[in-house]
Amino acid sequence: MNYHADQNGYYGIFGGAYIPEILHSNVEKLRDAYLRIMNEEGFKKEFHGLLRDYVGRPSPLYFARRLSEKYGARIYLKREDLNHTGAHKINNTIGQILLARRMGKLRIIAETGAGQHGVATATVCALMNMQCVVYMGETDIARQALNVRKMEMLGAEVRPVASGNKTLKDATNEAIRDWCCNPSDTHYIIGSTVGPHPYPDMVARFQSVISEEIGQQLSEHEGRDHPDYLIACVGGGSNAAGTFYRYLNDERVKLIAVEAAGRGMETGESAATIHLGREGIIHGSRTLVMQTEDGQIVEPYSISAGLDYPGIGPIHANLSAARRAEVLAATDDEALRAAFELTAIEGIIPALESAHALAALAMKTFRPHDVVALTVSGRGDKDMDTYLAHFDKFNRRP
Amino acid sequence: MNRIQSLFESKPTGVLSVYFTAGFPHLDDTTVIIRELERQGVDMMEIGIPFSDPMADGPVIQQSNGIALSNGMTLKKLFGQLEGIRGEVSAPLVMMGYLNPVIQYGAENFCRRCAEVGADGVIIPDLPFSDYLRDYKPLARRYGLSFIMLITPETSDERIRLIDEHTEGFIYMVSSASTTGAKDRFDEKTLDYFRRINAMKLKHPRLIGFGVSGKETCDAAQQHADGAIIGSSFIRLLSQNSIGEAVAKLITNIKN
Repeated sequence: MNYHADQNGYYGIFGGAYIPEILHSNVEKLRDAYLRIMNEEGFKKEFHGLLRDYVGRPSPLYFARRLSEKYGARIYLKREDLNHTGAHKINNTIGQILLARRMGKLRIIAETGAGQHGVATATVCALMNMQCVVYMGETDIARQALNVRKMEMLGAEVRPVASGNKTLKDATNEAIRDWCCNPSDTHYIIGSTVGPHPYPDMVARFQSVISEEIGQQLSEHEGRDHPDYLIACVGGGSNAAGTFYRYLNDERVKLIAVEAAGRGMETGESAATIHLGREGIIHGSRTLVMQTEDGQIVEPYSISAGLDYPGIGPIHANLSAARRAEVLAATDDEALRAAFELTAIEGIIPALESAHALAALAMKTFRPHDVVALTVSGRGDKDMDTYLAHFDKFNRRP
Repeated sequence: MNRIQSLFESKPTGVLSVYFTAGFPHLDDTTVIIRELERQGVDMMEIGIPFSDPMADGPVIQQSNGIALSNGMTLKKLFGQLEGIRGEVSAPLVMMGYLNPVIQYGAENFCRRCAEVGADGVIIPDLPFSDYLRDYKPLARRYGLSFIMLITPETSDERIRLIDEHTEGFIYMVSSASTTGAKDRFDEKTLDYFRRINAMKLKHPRLIGFGVSGKETCDAAQQHADGAIIGSSFIRLLSQNSIGEAVAKLITNIKN
């Protein structure tokens, strides 16, 4: 089986490009250019140079001794939290801005939920001296003030979105509308493996540096280039796609994707799209979508703003449908417990998103020699308010 | 021959088509609006199926979609409302909406119900042309529906020819790179695009929409193509007036 995108951007029945006609030529030009540009020697050199010197890659693959003892396996943490700007998001924004420049674009737009992708986009725009507009829901602006100020300090214009529920889904709609109005000079840097083809494949390729490094680093640590398990959280799915990428077709490696169950799968307050969604169209992609019987897209809920998306990257919809990946779901409480545990026994405060991946360790039974690589997609600085609000309930020394 | 073709044969220039969102301003306004539009001389009606995430629409139509949904409009209810409309109205009716609600309803069910209530055409702005050819064109034929595709200033001549070859009814010309919403006038670049398409001598009639509101834009659309489509400015009038007054003001606006 091949779990990569075909040439039309389909992963099985998922993917494709369901976009208004005004964007057709733009998306077509991107589709025709992205692989050619990404394969140019000059591009690769500049991309990997920036990943090394600016982002700080390779990110460490850290053998978590105490965590390993607790869960009875050889657990490695892929430390994307140590990247510049604090998450894996910047791998993709560096790649896309280099691509945008080569395509002659002058203006960058992006959507953001919690603000991590917005900050990563504003950062590379400052670096490359390009105009940057970030769409962000008014609800998110109110609860992520620090990231809004960071984006502004980096020179981006943050445009508040007042439509719908004023969160990530609506910010994405608004970014797409901006692109409809400015198709020729603007490149839209989508933050995850979502949107019309070629975005899911392009973002996965830019993030695939995560699994390339895991392979090299495991060779050094374990004398073999593949783990038994890979674990990552999924919202749109970019860090998971990057973590799995090199091993998609390598069936020796078990893939585990962890969704946000929110307050619980049955509560109606969840963001577990693969578990709860039905096939549909969202933001230009055919994938699993959380929706009403009538096909209206519903607002998901998770304590983690980065997993709070009613769709899922088509690559993951297919991995799940083909049973190539096991898809688990962690509740808010399970994620919080895992975040406090990692902090207490390894001294690493993870992002709430990454805490969902960590919560999966308690749901699985491993054999002692199993090698598990788990991606810590981001650091917890942005989530300190949430952690402090739950401090008394979860801060128990093990 | 369906009603869309008949319309363009009987009225080769100056066709006026009007869009409204079903369920706005009130759930049960659908047939009242259609009857009033026909009574006051509008040639064709586009019935908008509300959607939670209308990504090609500007603020006015977005808002009307949100209100229609909170009024409880669904595709099933809409078809129910349209039952019997053919006894009262003879103008062509076009169903316009995003793909996801259509998929959830079922593509074939949707086409069958369109035909049963007497709709003539369908516009789905986010339906890819390749999916249309594979999945929807056979259904369109089976149920006697015209699927109408959009072209824009960014659409290549080659693609326009392909669309002209494989669709029926008319071609929906998006006036400029934008979402839906009223404009006062078209700039010279837009008029150049109208002339360029005009010179292509396409098989199908063309209607110009997006940004058409008052006399100037409507005249330009009717001069450079076979007619005009008005949406946002009618929605705005509906939110401030009775249905009869809204239609009357719309007609006055484009004449003066």
